[in-house]
Amino acid sequence: MDWTLLTVQLLNGLQFGILLFLLASGLTLIFGIMDFVNLAHGSLYMVGAFFCATLTQWLDSFWLGLLLALPATAVVGILVELIVVRHLYERDHLDHVLATFGLILVFDTLTQMIWGPDGQVIPLPAWLDGQISLGDAIEVPTYRVAIILIGLAVAFGLFILVTQTRLGMQIRAGASNRKMVSALGVNIGLLFSIVFVIGAVLAGLAGMMIGPITEASIGMGNQIIIVAFVVIVIGGIGSIKGAFIAAILVGLIDIMGRSYLDVLFKMFMSAQNAETSAPAVSAMLIYILMAVILAVRPSGLFGPRGR
Amino acid sequence: MKSLTLRGWVTLIGLVVLALLPVFINRQLPLTILQQWPWLGGHFDFVTFLTGQEFYLVLATRLVILAIAAVSLNLILGYGRMISFGHAAYLGIGAYAVGIPAYYEIYNGFIHIGIAVVVSAAFAFLTGLVCLRTRGVNFIMITMAFSMMVFFAFVSIEEYGGDDGLVIEVRSEFGQWVNLENDTVLYYVCFVSLLGILYLIRRIVHSRFGMVIQGARGNEGRMQSLGFDTFRYRLVCYVIAGALCGYAGALLGNFTSFISPEMMDWTRSGELIFMVVLGGTSSLFGPVLGASLFILLEEILSGFWLYWQLIFGIFLILVVLFAKGGIDSWLGRRPER
Repeated sequence: MDWTLLTVQLLNGLQFGILLFLLASGLTLIFGIMDFVNLAHGSLYMVGAFFCATLTQWLDSFWLGLLLALPATAVVGILVELIVVRHLYERDHLDHVLATFGLILVFDTLTQMIWGPDGQVIPLPAWLDGQISLGDAIEVPTYRVAIILIGLAVAFGLFILVTQTRLGMQIRAGASNRKMVSALGVNIGLLFSIVFVIGAVLAGLAGMMIGPITEASIGMGNQIIIVAFVVIVIGGIGSIKGAFIAAILVGLIDIMGRSYLDVLFKMFMSAQNAETSAPAVSAMLIYILMAVILAVRPSGLFGPRGR
Repeated sequence: MKSLTLRGWVTLIGLVVLALLPVFINRQLPLTILQQWPWLGGHFDFVTFLTGQEFYLVLATRLVILAIAAVSLNLILGYGRMISFGHAAYLGIGAYAVGIPAYYEIYNGFIHIGIAVVVSAAFAFLTGLVCLRTRGVNFIMITMAFSMMVFFAFVSIEEYGGDDGLVIEVRSEFGQWVNLENDTVLYYVCFVSLLGILYLIRRIVHSRFGMVIQGARGNEGRMQSLGFDTFRYRLVCYVIAGALCGYAGALLGNFTSFISPEMMDWTRSGELIFMVVLGGTSSLFGPVLGASLFILLEEILSGFWLYWQLIFGIFLILVVLFAKGGIDSWLGRRPER
């Protein structure tokens, strides 16, 4: 067994899970409190990455770029909420899905108009670009560790925000009974906007952090958003805790499946069969996981019962 | 005869145009007959405009095939309020049901159609068992996730081209009577299929079965307390819609002659939903109108601007925000509820 590879893959899985959590937490908050399905969440992920790429190239500093791209993404989130999303809260899910699908087209095309069809590279500072050695002979990329640490810090901050602050209390109350909260004098419209922008910034942050690894490209959000949906469905829609656990689970299973499923298959089938079937099965693994979990618990692991 | 409403006229004219389109396009016999009637041939610029433009036949074939897919989606989305965001998967399954046998040099069209319908129905049945246990937004996301599962499965099967897709060199063979290699014949096969499926949907919707489906859309608890097992009814409805769309997929495979997993990407499913909503949900002919407007707009816009999708996206948002009920309601149909 190759322990270096195993460690690296575990870290990759963890890092993928953290990214998924950043996306999924926003989705699940927005859905939980506003009952709003936001397909365009992946577009904010893409916008974040492109902002970070341009700012990093201008300022010649990844961290400055990252710091400035966050408010820029927030502004985009505010605009989207003001112009389109706000008018949809009272509508049904079908309208949400269609309108945000339209938003995706708008974002993808605008990005192409501004940045052109090619991907944008986000250069990393030298000290992040290397490897860290863990024990003897096991080296892992520094930047992936950094992503995990930042992600965990954000997750912790979000947890504190939701469970310990007044805003978090309002968010939780809004999620369980919107009318009651507004009757008690909370400005529910403002609360919605704040939650939407928090979600937008989290999605943008995820895009900024993946940017240096994959580069910012058009439509980059359209694939990962589906996985983020799988995460919030598994975790139970509206639950931050569920989103975190499901995100790590899905991240690990996806990455480990891609690297080790053929080894597993070779134990009980011919090498050739294993090599042809393993990629297909590993690509479907998280969906199979979702199907199994939903077959047992239709509202997800931590979903509200009877909604 | 009962006098037709505006909607009725649009439906009738739409069908007549679709039925006669190849006749206008094909320069041969029918046109010379038309030209002997100066009151028609002489003034009808449309005829000369279209003459010899094979391109329009290709466009019309695509339109009719996607209309079939939209009509099948409408059965679950419109009549049953099951918002499936994975309907393009069936288009892909149907197309690969033509492509994979053709890869092994099996060209019998009955086998292709058979595989397309049976596999689509089986996939709809298996996924339906899981999906239909959930409600609301979970249903949307799960249907989407299952379609992506098929997408990734085909992407990773190298044998059938993987990401790069598969070229279908020979179209399905249906004996000596129907030669799909002729584009006009292919078009009429698609058009007659559309008519047949519209009739089938009409029969389904007005049957007791269809009434239960629509009843469950309005108030599921009430239908259950009347003694209907709504889950089973929904599942059967879901399977029928999947099988019909699989059939449309088989036609699409024959039509495009190049198939790739990209055709079942979730954005394709989104486009199908848009067609249905644009035309008007839970009306028989609405999805056909929606698909027509969608295809025509796409064609016109993409012709004059590289970034046409921007206009398309804005149009989509505007339709959702301001035009509830779609084309059908512009033509005077009262929106439901």
